[in-house]
Order: sequence, then C-alpha cells, then structure tokens
Amino acid sequence: MATTTPVLPATTSAEAMPKTVAGRVRRRLNTRAATVISILIALLWTVPTFGLFISSLRPEDAIKTTGWWTFFSDPKLTLENYNEVLFGQSASSGQLANYFVNSLVITIPSVLFPVAFAAMAAYALSWIQFRGREWIYIGIFALQIVPLQMALVPLLSFFSRGVSLAGITLMPAWQLEDEQKFIQVWFAHTCFALPFAVFLLHNFVSQLPGELMEAARVDGASHPKIFRTIVLPLITPALASLTIFQFLWVWNDLLVALIFAGGGDETAPLTVRLAELAGTRGNEWQRLTSGAFVSIVIPLIVFLSLQRYFVRGLLTGSVKG
Amino acid sequence: MDFADISPKLTVLVYGLVAFAVVVGGLLLLLDVVPTYFARRRERQLIAVAAGDVPAPPSGRLRKPREFGYAFFFLLPVVVLLLIGLVVPVVRTLVLSLKNGDGSEWVGLSNYGWLFSNGDILNVLWNSLLWVVLVPLVATTVGLLYAVMVDRARFEAVAKSLIFLPMAISFVGASIIWRFVYAYRGEGQDQIGLLNQIVVWLGGTPQQWLLESPLNTLLLIVVMVWIQAGFAMVILSAAIKAIPGDIVEAARLDGVTAWQMFWRITLPSIRPALIVVIVAITVATMKIFDIVRTMTNGNYDTNVIALEMYNQAFRYQETGQGSALAVFLFILVIPIVIFQIRNLRRQREG
Repeated sequence: MATTTPVLPATTSAEAMPKTVAGRVRRRLNTRAATVISILIALLWTVPTFGLFISSLRPEDAIKTTGWWTFFSDPKLTLENYNEVLFGQSASSGQLANYFVNSLVITIPSVLFPVAFAAMAAYALSWIQFRGREWIYIGIFALQIVPLQMALVPLLSFFSRGVSLAGITLMPAWQLEDEQKFIQVWFAHTCFALPFAVFLLHNFVSQLPGELMEAARVDGASHPKIFRTIVLPLITPALASLTIFQFLWVWNDLLVALIFAGGGDETAPLTVRLAELAGTRGNEWQRLTSGAFVSIVIPLIVFLSLQRYFVRGLLTGSVKG
Repeated sequence: MDFADISPKLTVLVYGLVAFAVVVGGLLLLLDVVPTYFARRRERQLIAVAAGDVPAPPSGRLRKPREFGYAFFFLLPVVVLLLIGLVVPVVRTLVLSLKNGDGSEWVGLSNYGWLFSNGDILNVLWNSLLWVVLVPLVATTVGLLYAVMVDRARFEAVAKSLIFLPMAISFVGASIIWRFVYAYRGEGQDQIGLLNQIVVWLGGTPQQWLLESPLNTLLLIVVMVWIQAGFAMVILSAAIKAIPGDIVEAARLDGVTAWQMFWRITLPSIRPALIVVIVAITVATMKIFDIVRTMTNGNYDTNVIALEMYNQAFRYQETGQGSALAVFLFILVIPIVIFQIRNLRRQREG
C-alpha cells in the first residue's frame, strides 16, 4: 500500500496525525465541490415549494402581475386566499373545507382496514403451520406489482352493476348514492393496499424470535391471544410505518378517488377538486397556490413528525424485497 | 360550509368505524371464544369418559384441523378482498380486452391491433418509453450523488429531509407547484413563473413551456424526478452507511481518490439497493397518471399509457380499448414481477 502513497510515513506515530497535506487539500476540495453541488440540488428541490407557499400568502393582483421573488422587496401578506379557497361561497372559489372533510372521511377507514387485515394475515403466514402457506404468500407478494389499472373497470362494475353469471344475479348492485360512495372508495383502497401491506408486515412478523411463540404456545396461549398480546405490541413500529405509508398514499391519491368517489362535493377528496381547479381555472393562481398548500399541509406534518418510522418502513419494505 | 353539509359524511364515517370494530374485534373474539367453548366441551366429554358413561371421542386428529381453522379465519379478510378486488378483476380485464367498447361482442385481438396501429397511441407509447427510461435514470443518479455528497456532512439530517420532503406531497400538489414554476406571461410583461424569469434574466424570450413537444414531456418528467429522487436518496444513503468501515478504511490507506472510491468501493457495495431503487421507480413511472393529467391533461403530445387507459375506459366508455391498454401495462411489468419473485426465493433459501 505504501507504493501509492509514498508521502505517508509508515511509522506508528503518524497514524494519530491527520492525513498528508496533499490528501487533506484534495479532500477539502472534494468537499467544497460536493458542498456546492449539494446546496444547488437542495435549492432546486425546495425553492419551487417555497415559492408556492410565499405566493399563497400574497394578494391576488400581486400574484398575477409580479413574481413571488419580488415579495422580498415589496412584502405584502394576506390570509384572504386561504379564507376564500376554504370557505368562499361562490362556486368558483374552491370550497375546499368541504373537500378537506371528504379527504379525512376517505382516509381514516382506508388506513385502518388494510393495516388490521394485513397484520392478521402476516401473523398467519408467519406463525401458523398449514399446507400451502408458502404459495399463498407468494401469490399475495406477486399481486403487489399488478398495476391497479388492471382492476379498475371490473371493480367499478362490481359496485354499480353487481355480479351475475349466465343471467343469474349472484350479487345485486350496491346502488350507493352521494355520501354512501365513501364505502366503495374504502373498499377499493383497502383491496389495492393489501399486497404491499401484507408483504411489509410479514417482513417484520416473521423475524420475531420463534422461542417467544413456542413458549407462549407451551403456556397454552391460543393464536388470537399470541397475536394480541405478543405480536401486536412488538410490531408497533412496523404498524406505524405502514400507517404512514397508507395515509400518504390514500390522502395523495387521485386515480382511485376519481373513479370510485366521483367528482361531486359529497365525496370527492382534495386532490380531485384541486386537479379540477387546475384544469378549469388554471390561471387563478391565488386559489391554486393556497389550495395546493391546504392539501399539502397535513401530509407534511405527518411526514415530518413521523419521518423516522417512514424511513424505517421504506428500508424494510424495499431492500428486503 | 356548515354542519348540515358534513353531518351525513361524518355519519358514514362512524358507520365505517363501527364496521371496522365489529369485523376486526368480532373476528378475534370469535377465534378466542369458539375454540375455548369446544375445549370445555371436550373436557366435559373426557370427564364423562373417565366416569365410564360414554365411549371415548376420537382423539389425535384434533390439533391439525384447528391450526388450519385459525389460519383460515386470520387470512379470510385478506384473501376474500384480494379475490374480489384484484384477482377476479384482473381476469375480467383480460376478457374485456378481447371484447368491444361496451363488452357485448367478442372482437378477438383487434383492440391490441388498434394499440399498435393508431398514430396517437403510438405517440402515447413513445412518451411512456421516454418516462420509463429517463425517470429511474435521472432520479437514481441525483439521489445517489446527493447521498454520497451529504454522507457524514454537517447538517446531514436536515439536508436529507429537504430532498425527501417532496415524497409527502401529492402528485397533484407537485404538479401545481411546477406549473407555477413553468407559468408564462407575454414578452415584456413581468414573469410570474421562475423558469421564464430566469430565461429573461439571461436575456432570452419567455416560452410557453408546456405547449412545445417534446420539451413539455421532459418538463413533466422533471416533476416525477423531483418526487422520486428523495426515495432513491434515502435507500441508497442507508446502503452506503452499511458498507463495512474496514473496507473503506483499507481503501483510504491505499490512497484511492474520491472518484476511485466511488466507482470501485461504493458502487459495487450498494448494487442490490441500486437495483431495488431502479425497479421501484420504474414500476411507479410506468403507472404515472396524476402528473400528466394535472399539468397538461395529455394535450400537446404529452399523453401516457395510464392516462390514455383512464380516458378510453372512463371518459369514452371504450372499455375494450381501455382494458387492452391496462393489459399492455401489465405485460410491461411482468418481467419485473418474475425478477422480484426470484429475488425473494433466493433470499428465503439463502
């Protein structure tokens, strides 16, 4: 090794000292260049969001006539955009408060159901012995990568027309109206979430120590008891990651909501309304900027406060696969 | 907004929560109570046998079926929902893709013929290809560079959060953010979009960025890269930190440059994570829908497969053609499914 670094003294006393002068300079230069580039990337990644946020606080005519960067030389702040976009009465104003409630109503059960069902399935696939276990797991795993586009048309007709085979009605149409359409959105989100949810939780549950389960079995604990009192408390971090994932996915989803919730103000979530505003009122920047921020703020809070769990879930969920 | 508007919604929500409690709680309770009941009965029977009144019930065969029963009920919700929500619909979509628009007649493979002969659709496929090639490539590169550069720097956590943050933003929100960056005002007016302002500062003329093909597709791709780079960065950063310290130290002692360190040590060590990242971003990109729909609605030659599938199936009611597009999307993903399953099996065996 000494041949490539002849300036490095091979004595033990030199090890405590910093690397060679040349090496230090080179490393410093590398760090400098790296710092500049990483700051540039960081700027590129934050400035657009920052600009949107500043704009959402500027008066309408200021947004429409000058760039948001002029805010720093001519600061004018107002909350009028938020008031208008959330609570305005006119049809064009956004009325996002309504859609905000819809987003909440869609999201809460769409998170709870898949997390609970997946936890039970992950337990069964890890710790209950039965034939065909491996195949069921591989099947669920493979479903993860089926594009949900493959399921949309039939699932919608399942809700709206029911199931009939050779003229015999096996299941009538659900005939959901207005607010009841939330149910089909929950159903769709739950189905689509399950493969990944089972996979993620299975990664955690299957790695719990086997002696623990064995000891509990010897003590006469039944599977539901082991599941509730041993497994659930131990996989809380995994449940947290999955909950965050599913929350972000459902809250931010557009496609499933468009098809299963429709566009009306009874059921459509924020994303659908925002996309509509962007389409029909693409130049009303005072509404688009504040509206976009309204839709972003909850996931941002969740994300920033629970980032640790999110990252952990991401690492287990993807690297293991 | 007043309470009269939201009270029916909250009612439905309460129903949903009650249903959740009943289904999940009920299932667990059922599994707790029923076996206990049978155990008691069996106990009573055994006592009766001991007393000599009744012949002994068959034993031994008990344990196995009971395990199966537990597994059955633990898996029931997931299996039923997946059958109704994914497996059957996938088969139905395959069938529908061989039928005409309203599903009343068999048309053979003509929907697939349409897919590869219609000029508009070919353009759609071409755009999708551009997305699938560029997004994983650029997002992974940016994520990797950034992960290497901020590794063990001061403020590493903050620096990583900044790049990671767009992952929390919806595609719709991100599209609005970037539409604002690309916004256009006529020449001579004050620009409100950052990109055009930069062009003006540099002495150019403002452009209607989203109207010019193929530049507009590239600008939409920027949005997706912006969202996905954080994902790549987090996974790759963790992989870099997992490289054993003695390897890095040995290389340092050998006096390798940062450049050599990156190509000879870092890159080979994180290869598995790199593959995972590229696969995940590729699959996400194939299904890209929200960004294109919100930014241009597929106009000006920016359309992609998933958006066209939505339009055919749900706007034009051409379920046959829409299904064919969905199947095509599925076929594109299948090699990745096989690759992933192989990976999984190798891991389980190894």
